Amino acid sequence: MSFDELLPLIFIGLMGVSLLVYVVSDGYDLGVGMLMHRATPEERDTMVASIGPFWDANETWLVLGVGLLLVAFPKAHGLVLSELYLPTALMLVGLILRGAAFDFRVKAKADRKAMWDRLFIAGSMLASVCQGWMLGRYISGFGEGWNYPIFAGAIAIALPMAYALLGATWLVMKTDGQLQDKAIEWSKIAWPPMVLGLILISMATPWISETVRVRWFTLPAMIAVASIPITTGVALLAARLLLGSPAVRGSLCWLPFALLVLVFFLSFLGLSYSIYPFVVIDRLTVWQAASSPESLKIILIGVCVTLPVIIAYTGFSYRVFRGKTIELDYA
Amino acid sequence: MEAVFLARIQFAANITFHILFPSISIALGWVLLFFRLKHLRATDPQQKLDWLRAYRLWTKVFALTFALGVVSGVTMSFQFGTNWPGYMERVGNIAGPLLGYEVLTAFFLEAGFLGVMLFGHRRVGEMVHLGATFLVALGTLMSAFWILGLNSWMQTPAGYEVIDGVFHAKNWLEIIFNPSFPYRLVHMTLASALTCAFLLIGISAWQLLKGVATASASRVLRTGLIFAALIAPAQMLAGDLHGLNTLKHQPQKIAAMEGIWETTRGAPLLLFAIPDDAARTNRFELPVPKLASLILRHDANGEIKGLNEFPSAHPPVFPVFWCFRIMVGTGILMLLVSWIGLWRHWRDGWDFARMPRPMLKLFAGMTFAGWVATIAGWYVTEIGRQPFIVSGLIRTADVASRVPSSSIALTLAIYTALYLALLAAYVGVLKYMSEAAEKPTGPITSKDLAESTHQYQRRGEFA
Repeated sequence: MSFDELLPLIFIGLMGVSLLVYVVSDGYDLGVGMLMHRATPEERDTMVASIGPFWDANETWLVLGVGLLLVAFPKAHGLVLSELYLPTALMLVGLILRGAAFDFRVKAKADRKAMWDRLFIAGSMLASVCQGWMLGRYISGFGEGWNYPIFAGAIAIALPMAYALLGATWLVMKTDGQLQDKAIEWSKIAWPPMVLGLILISMATPWISETVRVRWFTLPAMIAVASIPITTGVALLAARLLLGSPAVRGSLCWLPFALLVLVFFLSFLGLSYSIYPFVVIDRLTVWQAASSPESLKIILIGVCVTLPVIIAYTGFSYRVFRGKTIELDYA
Repeated sequence: MEAVFLARIQFAANITFHILFPSISIALGWVLLFFRLKHLRATDPQQKLDWLRAYRLWTKVFALTFALGVVSGVTMSFQFGTNWPGYMERVGNIAGPLLGYEVLTAFFLEAGFLGVMLFGHRRVGEMVHLGATFLVALGTLMSAFWILGLNSWMQTPAGYEVIDGVFHAKNWLEIIFNPSFPYRLVHMTLASALTCAFLLIGISAWQLLKGVATASASRVLRTGLIFAALIAPAQMLAGDLHGLNTLKHQPQKIAAMEGIWETTRGAPLLLFAIPDDAARTNRFELPVPKLASLILRHDANGEIKGLNEFPSAHPPVFPVFWCFRIMVGTGILMLLVSWIGLWRHWRDGWDFARMPRPMLKLFAGMTFAGWVATIAGWYVTEIGRQPFIVSGLIRTADVASRVPSSSIALTLAIYTALYLALLAAYVGVLKYMSEAAEKPTGPITSKDLAESTHQYQRRGEFA
């Protein structure tokens, strides 16, 4: 394979990674946003403070992911976003509401705060549900028929559950005292539906897509592939056991979140394996959809220079705000 | 055609809403850095506290502005694809890398350090915090650099070749530094500085009028007046040069701005007119003889090409003509108000307490003058490019979405309602914050002093 042929693969990889980072990072803050409807006003302040320094950078990964789709796979971009026109618009409405409410809630008059909180929660839910629906439609290659909307609908419920679990474990890590106790409870509540959702989706995906079925159930690849669901299962079980043990209140408070991130990573691997080498399953391969090699090279130089820097200062930011959440102020 | 029209309106609504916030934040980031440095360098405790208060209030304004800029910007990044899929398919090789570099070098920079800048002050050393503030400001400016690079390329394309209808990059330096880019970048940056200066002026004047101002508001107001008085004339010069550049590369846009139908020597400047596209003439003209030629050609008998030279390929005249007048009129008003205000302030012995209330009311009334001028200016440049999306090469109608017009209409309605509500909320919260933040606290308390010197005590720990 020549370098020019390799370029589209590099870019689909980069796009996948940015979307994975997006789903994990904005996933936890969307999850925290959704969980706020179960919290008291004081707890809400702490919850927002726990994501305050990060949400903006988290969302930038979505812009990068969609940007790379736009830049590297213009044909797929037009197809995907035309198919997902309405859910995309609704997701954006959710993200706009959430981003605006996040800032307005502390700056507006005190008696408006509850309203902005409701908009924050509603925006987080709307964005999560839309992303789930979009993911479902995307995995099924935008198929037409009675079963496809059910599949997309199931993911539209499962993904917010996964985000909620991720957000709850984030809070277990970032808070203490009563709020941490609540977060542990929320994690326990969100765990079964997320696991059920993951199982159902794993069963439904090969049923809905011939391509995925062939890819999964052919020996000898099947044995290697099996390691993904097995590891996922172990990680999920370990997270659940930890949530029931006292250690999670102490030094191991970070572990459930880390295990959940691992689960997201494994799901991403499984999905990538199923779809490869398509950008839109059964319709467009990466090579059919890619831009000219000259343009890809220009961006690749930028990526190679800037990505390490971005990772470095993202790490710096997380280090600055490490540890348990304290009140945010514009000091 | 209906779908194209709706997609246009939707995109226009989004960029109109979006541009409001960068037009403040591009300059406000640097102003914050300025306040911060003033605070650090002041030796008098009262002054120190004043600058700190100014920094705090305007950091909140920045955070709010930035958040709205981000959410509307994310929307815009999707609408490139949802509204103009054909655009990316044809010029993706050129537009893609420019947008990609914007995300990689600008978005991440500002988003990455925003958290440290806003909330990290008690967690990092003073130099690190200053650095974060600087990087956020730099990121915002770089974002403008890339997006204006792309926008300018769409106005004055260069450095490309077309193979089978698809654009390919030939020379990146020519693409980025295309003929109109330097003018556009300077014009936009100064527009942001002016918008920000009048926001500082307007809100501080409002605080003085409401009797909620501390000495901090006076300092901010003076800063804004001085900035505006310096920037307004610079902007007029930059605008004039930008106009000459447009005359060279997009004469049909100039013809629409000036409302000139027939190619004329010694063209008049029309102070008022109602351009009539159907009759291809103007009604109710109020001309100043030869002035347009004098301004554009620097020669009273210079020739200006008329719209009739560009059959079926010139922009709609009415909006371009009038937006241009709104932009220039607002600019002149800003120049006059800042100069007269500064002169009056000097005559009053630099004491705002002696400033007449009508003058303060005028300041407050012009809080958002920069928005009016910026939006009008953007309409001139963007509507002035029509009917093309890439000047002279690709028609907007040819790259529009294939999405049914009912979907576009529905989302247009939702977006518009949301934008109007958020805009109202934004202005309302600015008003509330300006009134709440600076309630007079009387003499300086020991707590105030402790706060204002807080960073010096912390510095040692991080050194």
